[in-house]
Amino acid sequence: MNSSLKTLLSIGLGLFILTAPLLFPNYQTQLAVLWLMVLLALTWDIMGGQMGYNSFGNIVYFGVGMYTTAVIQRGLFFNVDEYASMAGGTESQLSLLDYLLSLGLGLASGALLCVVLAVVLGAGILGLRGHYFAICTLGLGIAAGEIASGWDFLGAGSGLVTPLFPETFFGRGIFFYYFFLILAAVSFVVLRYLYSERFGLAINAVRDDEDKAESMGLYTTRYKTIAWSVAAVFLALAGGAYGNLIGFIDPMDVAFAGPTLGVWMVLMAILGGKGTLWGPVIGATIFHITQELFWTYLLGWQRVALGLLIIIIVVFFPRGILGWIREQWPERFGQQVDGEEQR
Amino acid sequence: MSHLLEVRDAAKSFGGVVANENISIDVPEGKIIGLIGPNGSGKTTLFNSIVGYHPIDSGSIKFSGKELTQLRVPQIARMGLLRTFQQTRIYGGMNCVQNLMISTPTRNESLRAMFRPIPPEVTEQAEELLEFVGLYNKRWLLAGDLSFGQQKLLEFAMALMNKPKMLLLDEPTAGINPTLINGIIDRLKLANAELGITLLVIEHNMRVIMNLAEHIYCLAHGQLLAEGVPKDIQHDQRVIDAYLGAN
Ligand SMILES: Nc1ncnc2c1ncn2[C@@H]1O[C@H](COP(=O)(O)OP(=O)(O)O)[C@@H](O)[C@H]1O
Ligand SMILES: [Mg+2]
Repeated sequence: MNSSLKTLLSIGLGLFILTAPLLFPNYQTQLAVLWLMVLLALTWDIMGGQMGYNSFGNIVYFGVGMYTTAVIQRGLFFNVDEYASMAGGTESQLSLLDYLLSLGLGLASGALLCVVLAVVLGAGILGLRGHYFAICTLGLGIAAGEIASGWDFLGAGSGLVTPLFPETFFGRGIFFYYFFLILAAVSFVVLRYLYSERFGLAINAVRDDEDKAESMGLYTTRYKTIAWSVAAVFLALAGGAYGNLIGFIDPMDVAFAGPTLGVWMVLMAILGGKGTLWGPVIGATIFHITQELFWTYLLGWQRVALGLLIIIIVVFFPRGILGWIREQWPERFGQQVDGEEQR
Repeated sequence: MSHLLEVRDAAKSFGGVVANENISIDVPEGKIIGLIGPNGSGKTTLFNSIVGYHPIDSGSIKFSGKELTQLRVPQIARMGLLRTFQQTRIYGGMNCVQNLMISTPTRNESLRAMFRPIPPEVTEQAEELLEFVGLYNKRWLLAGDLSFGQQKLLEFAMALMNKPKMLLLDEPTAGINPTLINGIIDRLKLANAELGITLLVIEHNMRVIMNLAEHIYCLAHGQLLAEGVPKDIQHDQRVIDAYLGAN
């Protein structure tokens, strides 16, 4: 492609991304969720794609981050019983500064807690391989949802309302659009750095042959724990913000949403091409847009259409869109297929 | 005098199968020692026991005077005792340079080092070693796309990248094109002479091991059958019988 055309396209796309919530004010939430999806797919791929550990339990960090943030926000300004009688802050307004401070503190606490959780859970299950690991993480997600549904302090099954977004010149949709955009961008940049250095090689080695990696003296457990902790941090931040965006935390449908978000993050990474940096981004974008279109045009059948989409992904793009492109034009990815000098 | 590796009365059974029965071998520092024996005589099992892949039933294994029997595979590797695999194990989804870059020694790796960029020396060293084993032209290929023989060479280069004190090689010439075997023997000798790596080599090819090792141990049916310098082993009637009987 012509390079000036490429620059022009990039600038256009960049401008569009930066102004999208202003151009489409009615779709601010869906647009914000697009970046959430990108982040979910990117963080799933750390373990699932780059390290070869298929986790179905990453949603735990999302939910724990969400509850932690909400509980901290509630605890800072309200007494728990009072909060419940006010129908969870819907009748009280925080100032913008108070709101942002409480959100920041909540997010930081959620991230911290999730790192600790990742280290503890990791010590227990990162020693498992293959299907055993996958099934065990599936159990974690389900257990977390059950615990939250039964815990009165968290509102149990009837959920928890998050503080109302304060009234200012910009709305909740705008705020969280940029929040998720920045969070997804930061995770992308951090992962791009990590993948291109020793950390990336180490988790790729674990994926290709963990026994070999151990026999070479690699600190495999440390790398695996770090990989899971990195995913946990970003998921906790995303969960905390998502709770505030949605305004209401349901333990099964919003926080520990295994059958939806928990499965989607896997599908989006696979669709785009797992084990690549851009794959999850592309997969999440296509998946989210398709899904929104299904909701709009196939209402009532959207789940069926989604199921079909999943089958098509697995059957026709087992290595994902990027994986498929890579197979067609390997040279474009700096990968060599014959012994000749290149590059 | 003490040796770099000392195996004393090591025994290992799998259910009813006695794979190693009271094996004792010594590997002095700086030497190349051979380990031969018919198929199924317990050579690979002994390697596995030494590097901590499985616990032994009884006996003792010491490396640099330290007991290994309670240590795990990565801990032993970090002491500078490495092995290559008979079935050859490389990181198939990564290219040759990456395979080497992740094989650097991890003896004192700090938590911070895990996040740091790869130093340029490491990349240079990786390319030098690929040159050394004759894979320089293939360095950007995925390791999984290499031929079996090339993968064996890559695995050897990965081991050298780790700067071990001692290297256990499990049939380094098996499955390799006979015209390349002399090249491998030369490189093993070079690694020993120039890099000072002590070698313990399992080898099926008699010509190779006679050419390579200064001292040879021969296993048969899980027991130590004979040991000595290559000339004596070559003419030892028990060794000849074991090999003929196995065929
Ligand atoms: N993990 C294992 N489980 C059960 N039996 C084994 C195992 N490893 C080796 N053996 C048995 O131990 C014996 C010695 O095998 P091995 O050490 O691989 O021989 P060699 O390397 O000399 O050909 C064989 O009878 C083999 O079947
Ligand atoms: Mg063997």
